[in-house]
Amino acid sequence: MTETPELNRGLAVLQFIRKTFVIAELEVRKLRHDPTELLTRALQPALWMLIFGEVFARLRSIPTGSVGYLDFLAPGILAQSVLFAAIFYGIAIIWERDLGIIHKFLVSPTPRSALVLGKALSAGVRGLSQAIIIYLLSLVLGVQISWNPLSLLGILLFVFLGSALFSTFSLIIACIVKTRERFMGIGQVMTMPLFFASNAIYPIAIMPSWLKAVAQVNPLTYEVDALRDLMLVGGTSVYGLPFDFAALAVSTTLLVVIGAMLYPSVVA
Amino acid sequence: MENPILETSQLTRRYGALTAVNAVTFAVLPGEVFGLIGPNGAGKTTTIKMLTTLLPPTSGSARVAGFDIVRDARNVRRSIGYVPQLVSADGNLTGYENLLLFAKLYDIPSKERQVRIQRALDFMELSDAQNNLVKTYSGGMIRRLEIAQAVLHRPRILFLDEPTVGLDPVARQSVWKQIEMLAQHGTTVILTTHYMEEAETLCTRVAVMHKGSVVADGSPAELKKSVGGKKTTLDDVFVFYSGNTIESGGNYRETSSVRRTAKRLG
Repeated sequence: MTETPELNRGLAVLQFIRKTFVIAELEVRKLRHDPTELLTRALQPALWMLIFGEVFARLRSIPTGSVGYLDFLAPGILAQSVLFAAIFYGIAIIWERDLGIIHKFLVSPTPRSALVLGKALSAGVRGLSQAIIIYLLSLVLGVQISWNPLSLLGILLFVFLGSALFSTFSLIIACIVKTRERFMGIGQVMTMPLFFASNAIYPIAIMPSWLKAVAQVNPLTYEVDALRDLMLVGGTSVYGLPFDFAALAVSTTLLVVIGAMLYPSVVA
Repeated sequence: MENPILETSQLTRRYGALTAVNAVTFAVLPGEVFGLIGPNGAGKTTTIKMLTTLLPPTSGSARVAGFDIVRDARNVRRSIGYVPQLVSADGNLTGYENLLLFAKLYDIPSKERQVRIQRALDFMELSDAQNNLVKTYSGGMIRRLEIAQAVLHRPRILFLDEPTVGLDPVARQSVWKQIEMLAQHGTTVILTTHYMEEAETLCTRVAVMHKGSVVADGSPAELKKSVGGKKTTLDDVFVFYSGNTIESGGNYRETSSVRRTAKRLG
């Protein structure tokens, strides 16, 4: 059989994509066996929207332009849910390492980057279930949701992208700190600043300039910005969807490359 | 003489100041059941991790199924199966799903997948439980599933790290039986154990590891002969070569990890 280098490369790419989907399939199967976790994860966003959202909507102290505060908040809480669900991946990696599951994946002839990207895709599946919950909540609370199919597709894309980004970030942290105890500590310390130093619950415009600078390098800001444009009737993006996409896609790619390099060290 | 299917040369792994594996050299012939024996902390698991490409060696080299473990890791991975000491089957999936996903990861063609999975389940006597979640399995069933998972792609070499740690005697017997059958079918088996009975039952050849080095290497009979005495056991061999009893060794982390595995399997 004669194989040209181009054909080999094509096959390798195909293999990579297939393996990535196998890893994601594993997650979908697990969720199908036990979907309760998805419901318990609905609690936190519900509290944010019902209590925080309702109170601040009354205060009218946060300038949100043409949309009401609850409308402004809903995409922010969607982004928050995506972030919190994705950050959980690091601890899952450590858990699977402690069990020995990761060893077996690393010994298989699966490209490391496919293992990492597969996990990122799995996080996207969870993120998607969060999105459905937030949409239901928003519907009940009277948020002006855009049902344009293109917008919904856009939401799908950005939910997957955001989940991939933050889960891979979490995976990298897990590979560095290696133990559950240390990860728990660091996980707490990181999610809160990521959330508060973003445009999730208030616009960047009202921030002091130093915080503005932090928010502008925070990827969550671009996630929220895109979701706000796509989710709401009359929603607008500050940075523009192409820029949001580029910022998130470039960061995710970079993190997957770093993650694939660090991943094997988790079993060392 | 036949060419070895696995050979190491001065294989060494350091963790900071600690030398976990120190210039280990040995060779395994096709069809052998080769045992690495020694107490916890002797360097057995670290050796296996290097041979299965999980851990790069600090120095030295090894060839597994003809491939260099560093330069040709992808091909090594295609040629081997590995059952880690820890519990590596996914408890939140069914036995069937555990096998299916690995069949896919190892590129077993979709036409062959079902046949091979069912055959593996039959062989390991797990057919009836295939659609139950693995977290409902007994320890012996989990180990047999893990072995099935590791041989689904018909590897030339099967690595087993402490295959029966934490199992009750009945489950241990059933795992031994499966390993013996695989060996009869021509799979080269490399296992670590600190149970001397296990080494005597299964292994055609053993290497005694102590503090990171191989201190003796031969068939169980040869090793016993080299120590002398009439009723010599492998335990005596071990004490002779390491000046140590089996029970000693192993630090807090290893002990708790073994206990955790035992608890999960129990």
